[in-house]
Amino acid sequence: MSKTRRDFLKIAGISALGLGCSALPAAASEEGLAAAPAADAPAADTMNPHALTATRWGMAIFTRKIKGPEHFKQIISACHSYHNVPKIPKHKNEIKWIWEDSFEHTFTEKESHYLAEDVKMMDFLLLCNHCDNPPCVRVCPTKATFKRDWDGIVMMDMHRCIGCRFCMAACPYGSRSFNFGDPRPYIKELNPDYPTRMRGVVEKCDFCVERLAQGMMPACVEASEGALVFGDLDDPNSDVRKALRENFSIRRKTSLGTQPSVYYII
Amino acid sequence: MYNAKYIVPGIVVFLILATLPFWWSSIFVPGYKTPELALPKDQDKCIESADYMKANHMQMLNDWRDRVVRQGERLYTATDGKVYEMSLQNTCMKCHTNKAEFCDKCHDTASVNPYCWQCHQAPRGNEQ
Repeated sequence: MSKTRRDFLKIAGISALGLGCSALPAAASEEGLAAAPAADAPAADTMNPHALTATRWGMAIFTRKIKGPEHFKQIISACHSYHNVPKIPKHKNEIKWIWEDSFEHTFTEKESHYLAEDVKMMDFLLLCNHCDNPPCVRVCPTKATFKRDWDGIVMMDMHRCIGCRFCMAACPYGSRSFNFGDPRPYIKELNPDYPTRMRGVVEKCDFCVERLAQGMMPACVEASEGALVFGDLDDPNSDVRKALRENFSIRRKTSLGTQPSVYYII
Repeated sequence: MYNAKYIVPGIVVFLILATLPFWWSSIFVPGYKTPELALPKDQDKCIESADYMKANHMQMLNDWRDRVVRQGERLYTATDGKVYEMSLQNTCMKCHTNKAEFCDKCHDTASVNPYCWQCHQAPRGNEQ
């Protein structure tokens, strides 16, 4: 059967109309999705009733509220002693969940010739950024590191980690540490409530998931005396969002597109 | 049959050697005895029945670790309705405070070496 140009245009027009209509319900359901909670969140009867929940955990750091090395030490040791993080003197083998570094090392993209002197001399708290697009998750061959869809925390499953360290290579923030040896001899006082790690696994900050599940704030936030604010980035009334609304904030290495959820209020 | 004086004793020696593990263990090795375990003194039952725990504690712990770490579920509802926190270190070991006399006895007898304890801490009572 031969087709005239007129027939072809008619059919093309009707098809285009049909395609347009089929896209409409899809657009409508996308709006609905945003409001509904993530499907794979744990059921309420498997969670502690006091557990803190969110759809996107995030942190804001008031850098100017951290007063001096003692304050840094207090925050860092609160985290490290809670999680049995070993203190290994040899720098190469160091394990860190939260640590401090200079402006130039923290904000490598924000380098300026004429930086304010006090900012240049300031130290900043660094930790896992719990990115929206975590590169560590993308490269992990065993899915030992994964992102919890329902609250955005990037987690480590120590049982699955095979120690290939792809995640360390992928993380642009250096947030991951590798256990080159048995960490236990380097832990001065073991916290009996939390496990240690074994030789050959990678570890990092996990936003204190186990504390959140018991209804407690992360250890660093508790020890920071208000300098760290933790909460739900999806909730416009949360403390973090309030802090971010009222202050100018920057994030680390945003040009890489990982969308970190740790914000620095300078 | 030629060379019988070499072959027959050879076969006899071979049979003795080949069957050695069977008769050696039946004569010289004492029979298997179920190890005596130190049960927690202040508890009369585990989270599930003793038989179930004997047969399934390893699957249960495996299931628990996946549910806690990967699914974010923290509480376990036992068959009798009681709710427990899913934690080897903070639930199991709070009752079974003597790892040496409870876990190790069976595991040593069965020659099973789980590596749980390289990370999870055994209760303080066993650290001598």
